[in-house]
Amino acid sequence: MNDAAPSRDPARQAPPTIEEVEARLQEDQANREARNRIWSFLFPSAMVVALFALWEGVTLVFTIPAFLLPAPSEILVSIEAHAGLILKESVVTTIEIALGFGLSVVVGIPLALAIFLWTPFALTVYPLLVGSQAVPKVAVAPLFLIWFGFGLLPKVLIAFLIAFFPIVINTVMGLSGIEREKIYLAQSMGLSPMRTFYKIRLPNALPSIFAGFKISITLAVVGAVVGEFVGGDAGLGYMLMVANGSMDTALLFAGLVALTLLGVVFFGLIVVVERFMLPAHAIDSATVARQS
Amino acid sequence: MAPAVRRRRHVANLTLEQREESVDQMPSGTPDNFLHTEDLTKVYASRDGPVRALDGVSIGERRGEFLSILGPSGCGKSTFLMLVAGLISISSGTITVDGQPVTGPRTDIGIVFQSPVLLEWRTALGNVMLQAEARGLDRKAAEARARELLVSVGLGGFEDKYPHELSGGMRQRVSICRALIHNPEHLLMDEPFGALDSLTRDQLGLDLLEIWNRRHMTVLFVTHSVAEAVFLSDRVVVMTPRPGRIDRIIDIDLPRPRRLAMRETPEFVEYSREILAMFVKRGVLQEAEGEAP
Repeated sequence: MNDAAPSRDPARQAPPTIEEVEARLQEDQANREARNRIWSFLFPSAMVVALFALWEGVTLVFTIPAFLLPAPSEILVSIEAHAGLILKESVVTTIEIALGFGLSVVVGIPLALAIFLWTPFALTVYPLLVGSQAVPKVAVAPLFLIWFGFGLLPKVLIAFLIAFFPIVINTVMGLSGIEREKIYLAQSMGLSPMRTFYKIRLPNALPSIFAGFKISITLAVVGAVVGEFVGGDAGLGYMLMVANGSMDTALLFAGLVALTLLGVVFFGLIVVVERFMLPAHAIDSATVARQS
Repeated sequence: MAPAVRRRRHVANLTLEQREESVDQMPSGTPDNFLHTEDLTKVYASRDGPVRALDGVSIGERRGEFLSILGPSGCGKSTFLMLVAGLISISSGTITVDGQPVTGPRTDIGIVFQSPVLLEWRTALGNVMLQAEARGLDRKAAEARARELLVSVGLGGFEDKYPHELSGGMRQRVSICRALIHNPEHLLMDEPFGALDSLTRDQLGLDLLEIWNRRHMTVLFVTHSVAEAVFLSDRVVVMTPRPGRIDRIIDIDLPRPRRLAMRETPEFVEYSREILAMFVKRGVLQEAEGEAP
């Protein structure tokens, strides 16, 4: 059939050159990528809008009382009405989260280094550390209240207590999980253990350490709010308790929105720092995302 | 099967004892012997009792020689290389380099592993430069050399690519450049081409011979490929299966520079046949019973 085609249709165009095919495929690919980018934003956004519309509709149709389930529009109104309050309390909670997470890093990383570098320390501390995680840390919060009062400190400490463990574990795992050959290589180059550590071992562990940071930051948010629940006079957690007490469910939701945003922003910050510090790894994960 | 294959070559005319003698007679520390191992034994302790990886291996490698260690998996050939590099401890026996006993990691070597072992956060150039940084070489001169080396193995234009952007063969080329930038006297290679496709393997083998020819290095090359060992080497040390002992040391009297077409010559085929026959005898390879040729 292929042989017969040219004779049957002598006026037929010459087949496209490889450059034309390339140009066409390249353009198709670019279009497809652009479309995928728009869709990956459009689809979830449309879903959220649809859900809120449904929510709004349900509260309207079934006349659900606002103290039970306020409509999204009522929540928006509440956010606007209490914008100043929410902002003020958000600042308090933000400080608690930042300090709690900061303390987790400042304590967690050296602790992990000590566990990794000094075997007797690892043998004594590591089992205790792992065992201590069985204690429900949220339940320790009232104790902290007794010890440290009602100020900023107990909230920061609770956030720290909940958040530091993943950093320790991930750092230790990242440092010890290295190919033997990389260490052999360093030895054959005459690198001292110290230089091997910061030239090879530490950068090798960074992806794992950042994974620990990401878990830790979400836990720090939980810790700060729990601290405010138990004994706060400020912060979003405290605002939630007050709203709860006065049956202001719309404000409760407004607080939830603020907390969610706060968590997303903190998480995003870690991702940004990670991209900055691990350019090669970031490219890597981007290619993976594009391929899948 | 062809008559040419069965023709005895001059190497095969030497008896096993004669050849071993010629090796053993060289005392360690002579100018001829760069590397010398004496009754080298490595035993690993394990829960199921001791495991003999290497049993009394005595080898002398001349300066400037391309020596291959050939054997089946688990014959301890990689262990031998790691011992020679000073990266793992000797259970018994001695290793001397230039008459000096090896007691810790040797830093006068370039080493290439089966996997490229590149640092993922460094570019191709950055990975080669790691060696220069570690040794405190002059940065500018080293970078010029690194770029030159990368170009010489066909990686010109890929200097700023990260390992994950390179193919397996390209990564291994980077790792070879890293092992060469400091002009080591001794290049140790542990099945460096084992994970590559056969065309890439051939090309890298040719590249390696070219580099070796230009630099007058001593190369210790571990492989499980008969053809690769015969094609590249001056001498091939054939190992027995577990525990690793020297079965035979075969001189490869093929002219240099080696050409790919030489692999089809009767001489080459005879060397391969001889080694394969040894593997059959030791039970490394098993053929179905049939009439002998």
